[in-house]
Amino acid sequence: MSKVYIALQDNDQSRYIVEAIEDDNPEVTVNYMPAMIRIECEGQLVVRRETVEDKLGRDWDIQELHLNLITLGGNVDEDDDRLSLSWNA
Amino acid sequence: MAAKKLNTKDKYRLLTRDLDWEFSYEDRKQAFPFEEFEGIKITDWSKWEDPFRLTMDTYWKYQAEKEKKLYAIFDAVAQNNGHTNISDPRYANALKLFLTGVSPLEYQAHQGFAHTGRQFGGVGARIACQMQSIDELRHVQTQVHAMSHYNKFFDGFQDWSHMHDRVWYLSVPKSFFDDARSAGPFEFLVAISFSFEYVLTNLLFVPFMSGAAYNGDMATVTFGFSAQSDEARHMTLGLEVIKFLLEQHEDNVPIVQEWIDKWFWRGTRLLTLVSMMMDYMLPNKVMSWKEAWEVYFEEAGGALFKDLARYGIRAPKYAETIEKEKEHVSHQAWWLFYSYGDATAFHTWIPSDEELDWLSEKYPDTFDKYYRPRWEMAKKMEAQGKRFYTKGLPQLCNCCQIPLMFTEMDNPTQLAYRDTVYKDERYHFCSDGCHDIFVAEPEKYVQSWLPVHQILQGNCGGPGLEDVLRDYYRMNVGADNLDMKGSPDEQRWNSWKGVA
Repeated sequence: MSKVYIALQDNDQSRYIVEAIEDDNPEVTVNYMPAMIRIECEGQLVVRRETVEDKLGRDWDIQELHLNLITLGGNVDEDDDRLSLSWNA
Repeated sequence: MAAKKLNTKDKYRLLTRDLDWEFSYEDRKQAFPFEEFEGIKITDWSKWEDPFRLTMDTYWKYQAEKEKKLYAIFDAVAQNNGHTNISDPRYANALKLFLTGVSPLEYQAHQGFAHTGRQFGGVGARIACQMQSIDELRHVQTQVHAMSHYNKFFDGFQDWSHMHDRVWYLSVPKSFFDDARSAGPFEFLVAISFSFEYVLTNLLFVPFMSGAAYNGDMATVTFGFSAQSDEARHMTLGLEVIKFLLEQHEDNVPIVQEWIDKWFWRGTRLLTLVSMMMDYMLPNKVMSWKEAWEVYFEEAGGALFKDLARYGIRAPKYAETIEKEKEHVSHQAWWLFYSYGDATAFHTWIPSDEELDWLSEKYPDTFDKYYRPRWEMAKKMEAQGKRFYTKGLPQLCNCCQIPLMFTEMDNPTQLAYRDTVYKDERYHFCSDGCHDIFVAEPEKYVQSWLPVHQILQGNCGGPGLEDVLRDYYRMNVGADNLDMKGSPDEQRWNSWKGVA
């Protein structure tokens, strides 16, 4: 199975998003590089609005992810509650 | 009671698809005259997907927030003498190459997407191109603003757009985009949105920007990652474009495959410049070019092509050559620029002993065997007061416009040459990839504006090299060019740092 990945700017908001991703996708690997955080795993990775809101302690729109996003790999599927990355092969 | 908030899907439908109209009294084909000539068949534009479903109101809201964050950093950098906090003055030379070589491409992308978006009959595609066009304009503006601070303190930043149009090595990025923009709209998307954005720009904007952070350049890492936050959307557009074209009609598959083969090769050649920025121009190293290539090209690109195999798409042509090149290109490129360092608008230098050791460690199979001895020789010559500069102008490849400096990958001491005759004229190439691209469209590439040919034909002033550099390229000869050692940049840095 190929790896999907997402990279975020290393800042105060991303910290909570990364925590949420780790909770929802226990198999992810998190790599800290200068100024950025790269998260990858095999198959599928999901960012859930509800989990991020719990971590941040406030409302969070899934499209706010764009503010801290650096890059991603995989087919994107997004609705109001989640963003998922996956490969079909 | 407040009106119920629309969900993203409904909002996207209302603010994109619902803005389209039928052509009742004009011929639709005349309204979109470029849609068919490339042979691409679109049966149903409504199948176009934008997974982020970004609408204009949301777009402005988030872009405004990104800009506020970014300009707060620029102010802080300027107010706190940010230029004195970079790791090493040599680092500024990577920025000079960025400003003269890359930022103008952002502007080309802005123009390219504005034009291309106009040519599509589907409203989803038009809106996605419109947003990308505005993004790209933002990128060039923020980059110019970020670099304007460095322009006050370092040489070589002053005439970037003029240089982009004229300087010999800058025709490499310029001609890449000229080629894409003079293609049809679908080829432009496969070239830029898919091949370039999805795989190749990651190598510039992710590991290189992380490197900028690691070298204390707060302004560059911030504009880099701010731009890249738009790129994540562009990448997704690129992948959706490919899936859309392949799903629309089976006749599209061979056309798209040919474009993928062409543009991955063109992009790989263009990234030669980035390879030397990573391995040689960043004083504090984050990862080697080879490592970055493995993560972003081989792993990410490999996953992508595995996913696309179900459409009958295979990995780009020349993949075996490309895999071997990661061991060599950065070394061959920096040597070329070092040896032509009297004709570059940035400084060049011999890597320090510590850096040579790092390169040996990162390239155990090639560096000591092929490249380290050259630098040891250059060190000896420099110590004798004979800093080495190549005399004479290089032969340029008639496709990628890089001097013929690449070697055969199975015989790294043999320079690679290819040629072909077209209408009684002989044309030269650096590789099979560039040769094949020319042969497929000779009428396009015989028109290439090759800087060395133009100098030799007397179209760039002269007669001497220094006349061309000073009058035609507008370099400050003696300040912008030559070795880092003894440069005004170095002297200014030493005075800021209180070093004699």
